[in-house]
Amino acid sequence: MTLAASRDEAAGTAPAALVVPDDENASDAAWAVRTRGLTKRFRSGQVAVDGIDLAVPRGAVYGFLGPNGSGKTTTIRMLLGLVQPTAGAAWLLGRRMPDAAAAVLPRVGALVEGPAFQPYLTGRANLARLEAADATADPRTARRRADAALERVGLAAAAGKPYRQYSLGMKQRLGLAAALLRPRDLLVLDEPTNGLDPQGTREVRHLVRELAAAGTTVLVSSHLLTEIEQVCSHVGIMSRGRLLVQGERETLVAREAVRVRLTTRPADLGSAVAVLGRAGLRDVVPEPGGADEAVVTAVLDEVDPAAVTAALVRADVPVLGFGVDRPSLEQMFVELTGEGFDVAR
Amino acid sequence: MSLAEPATAPAVDVGAEPPRRQPGAFGRLLRSELRLVLGRRRSVVLLTGLALVPLLLGIVLFVTRDTALAGQGPGFIAQVTGNGLFLVVAALFLCMPFLLPLCIGIASGDAVAGEASTGTLRYLLVVPVGRSRLLLAKAIGALAFAAAAVAAIAVVGLAAGAALFGVQDITLLSGTTVPVGESVLRVLAVAVYVGLSMTGLVAVGLFFSTLTEVPVGAMAATVCVAIVSAVLDQLPQLSAIHPGLLTHHWLDFAELLRVQPDWAVLGQGLAIQLAWVAVFSSLAWARFTTADVSS
Repeated sequence: MTLAASRDEAAGTAPAALVVPDDENASDAAWAVRTRGLTKRFRSGQVAVDGIDLAVPRGAVYGFLGPNGSGKTTTIRMLLGLVQPTAGAAWLLGRRMPDAAAAVLPRVGALVEGPAFQPYLTGRANLARLEAADATADPRTARRRADAALERVGLAAAAGKPYRQYSLGMKQRLGLAAALLRPRDLLVLDEPTNGLDPQGTREVRHLVRELAAAGTTVLVSSHLLTEIEQVCSHVGIMSRGRLLVQGERETLVAREAVRVRLTTRPADLGSAVAVLGRAGLRDVVPEPGGADEAVVTAVLDEVDPAAVTAALVRADVPVLGFGVDRPSLEQMFVELTGEGFDVAR
Repeated sequence: MSLAEPATAPAVDVGAEPPRRQPGAFGRLLRSELRLVLGRRRSVVLLTGLALVPLLLGIVLFVTRDTALAGQGPGFIAQVTGNGLFLVVAALFLCMPFLLPLCIGIASGDAVAGEASTGTLRYLLVVPVGRSRLLLAKAIGALAFAAAAVAAIAVVGLAAGAALFGVQDITLLSGTTVPVGESVLRVLAVAVYVGLSMTGLVAVGLFFSTLTEVPVGAMAATVCVAIVSAVLDQLPQLSAIHPGLLTHHWLDFAELLRVQPDWAVLGQGLAIQLAWVAVFSSLAWARFTTADVSS
């Protein structure tokens, strides 16, 4: 399958896959994040974000996925009013951005393209600075809230150290603490697991679950699909500035074809293909491998895998291995784009 | 697909009351900004360096005053050994062409570009801080540094001058003598005029600072403006544009040491600064409130 062909195919299937809610009221408060035709063309002419219709329902954990350079961060910058869209519009918590920034952003915690703080100030002093800049936060509770946020991300012990002495993981944690300085209705976390070790990644996932359970909507972006996939109730997949697909994770994955994978002897490849075809499987692909083994994959659809193995055995096809590949987001992404997920543009 | 009708639609929180601005909010932002600007190590080093100018100048003149060199230096320097008050004026005179613009260029050029380069700008903006308010806080911070720079020279100059040479009645440039009280006031007025003369440069630096995320670039450009202005001011062929140059009236603080200062000249000097401030702060505002923050 060539790249070009697969991309055409993706373009062909995308309209069916795209879930664009057709309600006319984009400012509807049912959406925590909503965009319509959001586009950013840089002065260089490069289109970083190409007319995307993002729809994040309230209470969702929305995995905003895509390889590096697919336009996730630019989208997030537009949502937060940092970058002016070339075309289209964005709503946060039902209010138009960037016009309503002053009213909306206090209810939004954000981690944008990695943490950034004053290097010579301590972690706590950095939080105090953000706190001082927040016109609507109660200064009397500032210290308490900062301490609680530091505690929550496991940084209380290092709060008195200058930021420049922090490890990458500690910096990321301080960024999360800043996003949690106040109770939020929406958290926008751009690559929150960058630089974290596996334990830190698990902690972030735990934190996201906890926040979501408390009713906070979370928009979390990542180029590492597997790190985030498990916590998401919804996903949207970006590639080359376009939102290829979005929707509930379960539904999206369920739509993907389940494939079986049969390992047999090279000599029996032909009969294996024939048996699988007769059993009602489609898209049967023989993959002649080494001298000892060959693989056949096929789409299972509604066929019972037990019936398939029984048919193989009846036809005397040696079964060296037989497996059912549960579909994953990664697989879906590859099918939509013809690329691996971690490919940078 | 259930996206069109989210199962988790909120029952209550639709119009959550808009967050209310706390009293004294801008004051808190400003205090935090001033602490950051004046408390950073670089500022302390620069201010200390400026404060050393009158101190070293005073010591050099003190050590050499009995020699044949005494009384032969240029302008105000010759007067210092006779009256410590002149140490302030002499130090300001020495710092004005380059040192002071350099320090102020560093502080004002860094104001926005520094935050952009560390990435903290985006986090301030999503707190959220309105862009106009943030720019205003940044401008006040840069002005505060300029004031601190002039004050460092003036205060240390006054103290060192008084300690080394004593403070007497001033014999003005025109030969008249004024009593100590008025003399001190006049010298302080010189410092204030010098401080106000720096406001135009602060505005220029602030504007450059909004153009880039490379603070060094903004700093260098700002200092260049001061230098180019001083050079143009030296070319008689360009006398037509001299009155509008940023640095043209900088040394007119000497007017304050005449019996009857020419207020028109001083007024002109301040008016020019005001014009530069108006133009460049408007440009800075126009740029900063519309720019994409992609750092």
